[in-house]
Amino acid sequence: MDGAVTAFTGRTHRPNRDLLRFLTCGSVDDGKSTLIGRLLFETGQVPEDQLATLERDSRRFGTDGANLDYALLLDGLEAEREQGITIDVAYRYMSTPRRSFIIADTPGHEQYTRNMATGASTCDAAVVLVDAAKGITAQTARHSRIVALFGIRHVILAVNKIDLVADDPSVFEAIRAAYADLVADLGFRSVLAIPVSARRGDNLTAPSAATPWYDGPSLIQALEDLPVADTGIARPFRMSVQYVNRPDAHFRGYAGTIASGEVRVGDALAVCPGGRTATLARILSGDVEVTQAQAGDAVTLELAESVDVARGDVLALADDRPAASDRLNVRLLWMGDQPFDPARRHQVKLGARTLPARLTLANGAATLAANEVADGLLSLPSAVAADAFRDDPAQGAFVLIDRGTGVTVAAGVITDVPDHTAHIHQSPVAVSRQAHELLNGHQGGVVWLTGLSGAGKSTVAQALQQSLHGRGCRTVLLDGDNLRHGLNRDLGFSDADRAENVRRTGEAARLFAEAGVIAICALISPRQADRDAVRARFDGGRFVEVFVDASLESCRARDPKGLYARASAGTIPGFTGIAAPYEAPSAPDLTLATEQLSPSLAAETVRGLLEERGWL
Amino acid sequence: MQATVEKQRDATTRRVLPPHLRRLEAEAIEILREVAATARNPVMMYSIGKDSGVLLHLAAKAFYPGRPPFPLLHVDTTWKFRDMITHRDHVAGLYGARLLVHTNHEALARGISPITSGSSAHTQAMKTDALKQALDLHGFDVAIGGARRDEEKSRAKERIFSFRGADHSWDPRRQRPELWRLWNSNLGPGESLRVFPLSNWTELDVWEYTQAEGIPVVPLYFSALRPVVVREGALIVRDDERLPLREGETPELRRVRFRSLGCYPLSAAVESEAEDLDAVIRELRVSRQSERQGRLIDADETASMERKKREGYF
Repeated sequence: MDGAVTAFTGRTHRPNRDLLRFLTCGSVDDGKSTLIGRLLFETGQVPEDQLATLERDSRRFGTDGANLDYALLLDGLEAEREQGITIDVAYRYMSTPRRSFIIADTPGHEQYTRNMATGASTCDAAVVLVDAAKGITAQTARHSRIVALFGIRHVILAVNKIDLVADDPSVFEAIRAAYADLVADLGFRSVLAIPVSARRGDNLTAPSAATPWYDGPSLIQALEDLPVADTGIARPFRMSVQYVNRPDAHFRGYAGTIASGEVRVGDALAVCPGGRTATLARILSGDVEVTQAQAGDAVTLELAESVDVARGDVLALADDRPAASDRLNVRLLWMGDQPFDPARRHQVKLGARTLPARLTLANGAATLAANEVADGLLSLPSAVAADAFRDDPAQGAFVLIDRGTGVTVAAGVITDVPDHTAHIHQSPVAVSRQAHELLNGHQGGVVWLTGLSGAGKSTVAQALQQSLHGRGCRTVLLDGDNLRHGLNRDLGFSDADRAENVRRTGEAARLFAEAGVIAICALISPRQADRDAVRARFDGGRFVEVFVDASLESCRARDPKGLYARASAGTIPGFTGIAAPYEAPSAPDLTLATEQLSPSLAAETVRGLLEERGWL
Repeated sequence: MQATVEKQRDATTRRVLPPHLRRLEAEAIEILREVAATARNPVMMYSIGKDSGVLLHLAAKAFYPGRPPFPLLHVDTTWKFRDMITHRDHVAGLYGARLLVHTNHEALARGISPITSGSSAHTQAMKTDALKQALDLHGFDVAIGGARRDEEKSRAKERIFSFRGADHSWDPRRQRPELWRLWNSNLGPGESLRVFPLSNWTELDVWEYTQAEGIPVVPLYFSALRPVVVREGALIVRDDERLPLREGETPELRRVRFRSLGCYPLSAAVESEAEDLDAVIRELRVSRQSERQGRLIDADETASMERKKREGYF
């Protein structure tokens, strides 16, 4: 080293310095807080009044005898000072002539791994500390995996307390080599090992005479030399619409922070998913109009054409769009106090979107404990625009929130967006529908009975089945309540689960129809969109939507299962007709007014329609 | 706001912020928009200081050409410098903001004051309790504040979206993990959030940004001759007759300014020649004292800020 390292003492400042965010991580007691405290002290960033406080606190709480305990500069919570450990991440700010730094000092204790992960998610680089006397620990490995998972590509391995092993270069070399093996498949772009002593200050801001065998940079030099995170400007343009700015009838702007790429006035933009396109008319950067903006800019975009854009939609260039899928392959870190429970309801926050999500763990695993990393599949109620994390770190990361407690229970990244139907080819059928129908003597199809609870769907369905059976028809009755005991037993009553309930029932009915059977489905199926989605899976005429119509008052008066009484008492949340909407069919094939029609007459009316349609 | 906007439109070239300030600005704007998009009834705390000034300016930018979709709330202890109140009303008008002012009148009627009750009781009643009263009165679920992590050790531990349980309590050991920019704003009944868009800014960042953007600041931040008494080594500016003089005390005119503004009997001034922003920034770069050295309420005892925050202080 050439002595230039002294230049960063004091608060010299250049206006064009950039910003590097890094974290320190590693096991308990390996000296992370001490390292940062000492770094702040040696770079002249600790004001005199705080030094006076440090001297006072060191006498009271210090763990280094009569010397200053630099960790006390950071551990700001009472419990931290009392126990001498770091519980939560602390952020510290430091600058040298070349760079500004935001330092995340994160806890080493396993119990607080989620706070370490919190720090890691916003950093460009990691300083992984290892105690030279103890070597690599389970926490070293765990933290390195999390750091890699969250996209950090540059690691500095600080082999700390080198003084405790008599500054022995062979100890340093053994740890360096062991760590290189440990992280060989984690995808780091650079791993630099430095022998340090945070307490003595060796190799932090200047080369130490105690380690003459080490000829690499000091820690601060290494931090100044690290490349900052990829700005994303070279990647395709993406912006998640965060806020629709509509101050008056004359202005409609879409505000957000550009995740990647560049955009110019006049560009053709696609609103994803869905793919409506519009021309970019104006870009506001704060209160200034500009013609071009790029990754990192918080802007407001105005479109020339009036298209529907909502918070959570992703804007992309029309000729370079993200994938759209309702299934995402993910890798995640579980952070909840309670292990993952597939029965609990979760929502995912992905960009500016928040939507219900179902997590299925890979390899058939049923649960996931705190601090474990796992692969899985996220199923969403509708397709979202998504990119893999490695292609777009700003849009490819997510958190899972427990809908019951509101707590963030997992954080993860999209590993890839499966086009899950592209690679699944349908098996050829050995016996065709026509062959089945010839044998049965009638057509296969689906009669879909929809209506409020208590409207009479199941009663009509049973009467219809008896009537058709009497005619020699092969039938199957798919009753919503019965299916929820088996095929759909994992589903609840959220919007997403109700949609999935309808989808699965529709798919089961379709298999029967293909086998020439008449499937009679009786389920509330409150959303028109869900019913339409089922109809869309049938070729013309093989799906009959029957609206079993009775007023809410009379359903409530009938209340055959006592559900309305319980819903009104609040014991059944989200009950259709009481606390959740029912969308009556907009164009049913048939309406049965069950307040006027007897069940058998209703069944005969349906049979009449099927004859009319040529099924029978 | 109008005046600021016109001035910027007249400028032929856009001011170029250094990269680290651009990154901090974009982050803060994203946070403000996230609050506007997800909160039921948000409010922005306005305490008249330099951080509040930056926060308000960022809000004007985030929602331009609309106005920030939340009001400003000033919790007035009645012991602010007169210059601060004048500045507050001027700035609210300039940015076209709706300003709410709340004072704990019940405590005032009990005679609570920094002179007779001491800094701790005064702060509890006129700041912490008053803030909770105002938030409850208006039913605000999210309060945006200008606090920065570099101010104080327990602030350094705080999340950007800081979850508060019933009665606005903060439990530093049970903070929600906060990853990337995916802020969790879910709230149950009785729960609220404090949101800090300037978390990652330093005092120097605030001044450099204030200078680059031409944000108005209270003149108390600049050196001038002011009537000063010295108490326990602290320079206290006597803003009005309510500060009783102790025996032998005669206010003398000294060239002083403030790095941090609060209730005037509890805010110590520093001797300084810095009369404008350039000089303030130069002075800051070589300063060996922290910004909050003049805050008498911080020095009450170790971890006092953490305890105040647990009870609902900002």
